[in-house]
Amino acid sequence: MSETTAPKPFDWSSPEATAIRKRRYAADRRLRLYGLISILTAIGLLGVLIASLIVTGHTAFVQTEIAVEFTADPENVPADDPASGNFRAVVSNAVQQLFPEIDDPRELRTASGILSDGAVNIVRNYVTAHPEVAGQSFTLEVPASDPYDQLNKGVINRDLPEERRRVSNEQIALFETLEERGLVSTPFNWGLFVNSDSRFPELAGLAGAIAGSFYALLVCFLISFPVGIAAAIYLEEFAPKNRWTDLVEVNINNLAAVPSIVFGLLGLAVFIQVFGLPRSAPLVGGLVLSLMTLPTIIIVTRVALKSIPPSIREAALGIGASKHEVILHHVLPLAIPGILTGTIIGLAQALGETAPLLLIGMNAFLTSPPGGIMDPATALPTQIFIWADSPERGFVSRTSAAILVLLGFLIFMNALAIYLRQRFERRW
Amino acid sequence: MQAAVTGYLFLAILALSFIAFYVGRTTANRFVAEQGADVHSRPIYHGAFAAVWVGLPALVLVLLWLLFQGSIIDRLLLASLPASLTEGASASRLSLYLSEIKNVASGRVFSEPSPEVIAAAERYQSWQMIAQWAMVVVALAVAALALYITRARMAPRFRARQSFERTLDIVMILSAVAAILVTIGIIVSLTYEAIQFFRLVPPQEFFFGLNWEPQIAIREDQVAGTGAFGAVPVFTGTLLIATIALVVAVPIGLFSAVYLVEFADDRIRGIVKPILEILAGVPTVVYGFFAVLTVAPAIRQAGGLMGIGISPNSALAAGAVMGIMIIPFISSLSDDALRAVPQSMRDGSFAMGATRAETITRVLLPAALPGIVGGVLLAASRAIGETMIVVMAAGLTATLTANPLNGVTTVTVQIVTLLIGDTAFDNPKTLSAFALGLVLFVVTLCLNVLALRIVRRYRERYE
Repeated sequence: MSETTAPKPFDWSSPEATAIRKRRYAADRRLRLYGLISILTAIGLLGVLIASLIVTGHTAFVQTEIAVEFTADPENVPADDPASGNFRAVVSNAVQQLFPEIDDPRELRTASGILSDGAVNIVRNYVTAHPEVAGQSFTLEVPASDPYDQLNKGVINRDLPEERRRVSNEQIALFETLEERGLVSTPFNWGLFVNSDSRFPELAGLAGAIAGSFYALLVCFLISFPVGIAAAIYLEEFAPKNRWTDLVEVNINNLAAVPSIVFGLLGLAVFIQVFGLPRSAPLVGGLVLSLMTLPTIIIVTRVALKSIPPSIREAALGIGASKHEVILHHVLPLAIPGILTGTIIGLAQALGETAPLLLIGMNAFLTSPPGGIMDPATALPTQIFIWADSPERGFVSRTSAAILVLLGFLIFMNALAIYLRQRFERRW
Repeated sequence: MQAAVTGYLFLAILALSFIAFYVGRTTANRFVAEQGADVHSRPIYHGAFAAVWVGLPALVLVLLWLLFQGSIIDRLLLASLPASLTEGASASRLSLYLSEIKNVASGRVFSEPSPEVIAAAERYQSWQMIAQWAMVVVALAVAALALYITRARMAPRFRARQSFERTLDIVMILSAVAAILVTIGIIVSLTYEAIQFFRLVPPQEFFFGLNWEPQIAIREDQVAGTGAFGAVPVFTGTLLIATIALVVAVPIGLFSAVYLVEFADDRIRGIVKPILEILAGVPTVVYGFFAVLTVAPAIRQAGGLMGIGISPNSALAAGAVMGIMIIPFISSLSDDALRAVPQSMRDGSFAMGATRAETITRVLLPAALPGIVGGVLLAASRAIGETMIVVMAAGLTATLTANPLNGVTTVTVQIVTLLIGDTAFDNPKTLSAFALGLVLFVVTLCLNVLALRIVRRYRERYE
């Protein structure tokens, strides 16, 4: 007879057991804390990113302007051909008038520096557009040059010692007399959206870049949308399941993960070298972007087609529709909202893409917007890259402002996609 | 001028296509009226058939014409130049001639061009004209001919629907083939240029050399280095930055995923997941600017406080910002992997009395490991191929170092700097960019295939 001794029951309330339990629960809380810290870190980093952009970028949405009275005297502006006038002289006369007390030519040159270098052009354009002002005086709001713009916006601290400032005491004094006379204003900076690129930060704008991005995205959409849908319908609905279609499938999944710069190399070697298409053209940019968007559109279209219930197909087949009719008349129209949503998201990705556009030369310095898809152009992200590389202080806030504009477009596109999904999504 | 004519040509083809549709439909309607039920296809298919066959061939023709017209005219131009100019000239010299001729032709004259160039510019203009109008005539003729043929084929028993559907099939198959063509195009163009490069620079020097100084003189008057194409420092720089990125992103991404899947309720998940996705949607040029504007100065200041000198374009700044960019990849792929672990395994672990942390670390993470590894590999391939952050925040000089506080350069930075500006395709400087591109493509492809395979095999195991 063997004697079985029951194991001594474990004493759950013993100090050791309590200690073990405590340790285990502490481990539980620790893991939870790590997770929370990670999430807060990620969100915090996003917050820092956006905050730093807003802090540096918000000043670029307003522009310091100075009201200056110009005189189109007949000596400098001939009445019969105002556009040929000597507007440099008109501007320097106006500066002299602005500061009648200055008679030293060196000081006067410093004073002229308050006005943007584009003032001559602005006056010429105004006089050309309004020939009736010849011989008269007129007042224009002219952008202040970058250092004074920064000074007025408080980016340059007036309380710093003079040697650590980019504007001297003399310059500040000149500017303050203008402020006292009420000639300085800071209206909304329409130039940011109306002007194209410029060497002078106070004149640089995004019009050319926005137009270039628009043309490139247009080309991208016109190519990748029809081709992507056709390819997806074939692969999802018609393709036989064999090694070839498997290959296509693997290929499309991999294509979606190829680094974007490789597409730039392809565009450079094939579209520009072999086909001789023009460098920097939105056409080439759009072609390259469409190659990158194509896999995205194929994948989302297939998902959208898959989500249409078989009952729809069976009903259509049952009343005698051909396979093509089932898809063209019934499945595709029902899948269109999903396809559109995916396409917009794909285009938003394409809008932010920079590296391939650099390789095909869409980072040129251009002072006028492109007239079509064959003209040299920049795009929003490449314009950001150009400005980020510029040494002038004023371009820092312009770059941030350009990024905010780009993010604005992206938010708009994604919001549109979400709206479409919620408005038209059907649960079967 | 050219663009306007091409635009009108497209509109004309479109209009012809519409006309063809109406012709086809009215013809079929007449058949119906005359013969009643004996007509095979519905009238709309006769119209669609005619429209497709009138529009598509002409459109394809115009597109091909536009693609090849430029390079063919260039060839003809070079061939027509007097031999005294072209004999023994390098490819870059020839392309300079071409651009000079085109500048003169479009009226942008900087210095007095030579008489040969002026003559060639006149030839260029007239050939452009001829090519353009020939395209218009040929395209419209093709469309008109197609209209005539399709009209002649129409008959009551003509199987218009089947013909139309067969055409659609061809279009769809061609579209699917386009996706393959992109891959083939990438492989062929990269390999072709890389082979050109390896003819000039032996592969063993490229793959094992320790010295990278590609900025050689392309024109005689440029001051530049002698050129050294040992890419090892470039590769190590890429690996260093990608490693820093993963060191930042893997813990944050993984712990976020664990928290979201196992601890958070639906409300928190609904808020946090979209925010993490925003991180993935921010364009990389924005991260690049963020690195230059905020992160690099902050790191330098921190280093200054601790008395460490940090390079202004340190690998640490670029890698850390790249890490922020790939957090959402890691977190969403780990999220998927954790979610795919069957509930029964969780329940089993809880039934044994394990705490949540024990369930996660001892059961869920081991079970989800392949999926997580796949996600990390995908993120690594992203980090290696990422361009803008490193172009803006990392250095240009290739130094062989493992110190994250130094500046290093990466494959993508080199590709961009080598190809911005002068791009004549006959010197090792530009061609080396394609060799680097080929290496980049092959490495990322391998990582992606491996990652997708791991993820897929693992998913099958639980389904």
